[in-house]
Amino acid sequence: MSGLDSVLSVEHLGVTFETPRGPLPAVNDVSFTLSGGETLGIVGESGAGKTTLATAILKLLPPNAKIVSGRVVVEGVDMMSADPDTLNKKLRWNKIAYVPQASQNALDPLYKIDDQFVETVQAHSDMSKKEILARASELLLQVGVDPVKLSSYPWQLSGGQKQRVMIALSLILNPSVIIMDEPTTALDTIIQAQILELLRQLREFQRMSSIFISHDISVIANVADRIAVMYAGKIVELGTVKEVFSDPLHPYTQGLLKSVPDMRRSESFGYIAGLPPDLVNLPPGCSFRERCPVAVEICSSITPPLENYGRNHFAACHVVGGRRVRGEA
Amino acid sequence: MDNKVYDVKDLTVYFKVKGRGSKLFVHAVDGVSLSVERGVSVGIVGESGSGKTTLGKTLVGLIKPKSGEVLFEGRNVFKLRGAETAEFRRKVQMIYQDPFDAIDPLFSVYDAVAEGLRALKITGSREEMDQAVYGALQTVRLTPPEEYAKRRITSLSGGQRQRVAVARSLAMEPEVLILDEPVSMLDASVRGEIIKIMADLKTRGKTFLMITHDVATVKFFAESIAVMYLGKIVELGSSEDVVAHPLHPYTQALIAAVPVPDPEVKVKSLAKGEIPSAIFPPSGCRFHPRCPLAQEICKTEEPALRAVAKNRYVACHFA
Repeated sequence: MSGLDSVLSVEHLGVTFETPRGPLPAVNDVSFTLSGGETLGIVGESGAGKTTLATAILKLLPPNAKIVSGRVVVEGVDMMSADPDTLNKKLRWNKIAYVPQASQNALDPLYKIDDQFVETVQAHSDMSKKEILARASELLLQVGVDPVKLSSYPWQLSGGQKQRVMIALSLILNPSVIIMDEPTTALDTIIQAQILELLRQLREFQRMSSIFISHDISVIANVADRIAVMYAGKIVELGTVKEVFSDPLHPYTQGLLKSVPDMRRSESFGYIAGLPPDLVNLPPGCSFRERCPVAVEICSSITPPLENYGRNHFAACHVVGGRRVRGEA
Repeated sequence: MDNKVYDVKDLTVYFKVKGRGSKLFVHAVDGVSLSVERGVSVGIVGESGSGKTTLGKTLVGLIKPKSGEVLFEGRNVFKLRGAETAEFRRKVQMIYQDPFDAIDPLFSVYDAVAEGLRALKITGSREEMDQAVYGALQTVRLTPPEEYAKRRITSLSGGQRQRVAVARSLAMEPEVLILDEPVSMLDASVRGEIIKIMADLKTRGKTFLMITHDVATVKFFAESIAVMYLGKIVELGSSEDVVAHPLHPYTQALIAAVPVPDPEVKVKSLAKGEIPSAIFPPSGCRFHPRCPLAQEICKTEEPALRAVAKNRYVACHFA
């Protein structure tokens, strides 16, 4: 699945957590590629595996999690076989940057913003302090923060400003890929709109490739070229936003789209009954089948593979939207 | 007959800024008037710092205002005595965003639902109590109720916990439910179910006040919307109207910023900057530093909330 112009490719990635109740497969056989200049949105609910996927790509998993299968290739370099020094000095931040969830709180309250730029950059490159600060000022201007804020403490900035600072910090070594985990979730609606507009501008200027993780499918509609829908550790649908929003194939995607309020419509929004499965005791077959309105017998025995239904629109479902029933395999 | 449940008159709530000798105040709610008719649910919409949660807490009597009045069924909430207080506490229930945030892990669903009934000694016998608890759980679709009643709160999902919170309010047979961001913490796929359960309660005569930053959800839930900005109501009207034809530039900015599930439609940021501090609210119209339409007059003269059509109010010199 790795195209020539792909900056990132994730192949059959599996991540399992060791828990007191037993192994928990948080990410299960996930594959996708990211092309230059492209934004891939990853949507899913709590526990779907979005953050685990992001941290696995960067090999920043917590100690109780293990990559059990697959590999991650960033601009031709295999993250899995890279030694810690290469990871820190050549790959992380240089080729692939990460803006973690609630990253406003990732800024250390005891250090001024300029110190945080210097410390972060010097951990990943040989840039001098002077160069770093010059570049930081330039980037802050670009993300709409007055560079005088470099001498502020994080608590002197608003939530929106902190998020802009984090975005500037992630851009400083010109990475090929930026992974942003729920970058607008803690922000007020108007500030979220400002950040989404900023990200659209940055993409135009910088041909930035990014992965944008969100629980909010409407936010993804605003920023992504393609969307991957995750459920219980797997990608269940993948395609261009145009395809997936206008013709969702997986019953989970269909349910999710009906569950979000759309102010332009007059009828209210629905919901998906039931709860996601317990990942420690995953039943055989399709993980969504217990909540699925169109499930058939095969869904409880065989896990549906992610298959192409044309125009690079993939879905993992035996009964695609109730329209096509695959032969009993 | 007067059908108002709440009549709020020129309500002002200030908080003293902490620190020795501090003479500064947070102007959390600053001159809010609002009446709530029985059976007409209201959405109070605003961003963090708008004063919406403070307003909610003042309506239930948890925060004392600096000035103004909160009348519930014609009685001043802050002058109730004895039995009146108990009656008010039963009739108005508040539900929070994360109602069991710091709960005893041994607390059962039954205990949670029965807590208010016990505190106000509403039910007499064990049978009456069981009936009230199971009935409430049934209403929020935690069935079979006898089984859910035995479970620990900590073993429930976010959506189930929120339903327990609704059940525990319902057990009191309230007339008004004040909800503070009732679904914000929940996953998208389960929000609709809670909203549906509460919408069904509206048909059984309950009146809701929903405090939220989420205009999209409230549009489908409440009959009317009050938009708050820095302690003031800037726009008021029927939900349909306010969302389809927002008149105040702040409401327009808020609605343009709400994402919709359609990649062809992008959000727009019409307001500059961020909400200023409520310790030093801007002069004139509080929105003027962020407003794309602001003129000289907006810096000096505060626009009053005036009627522009039937049941439609806006506080803007140019709306």
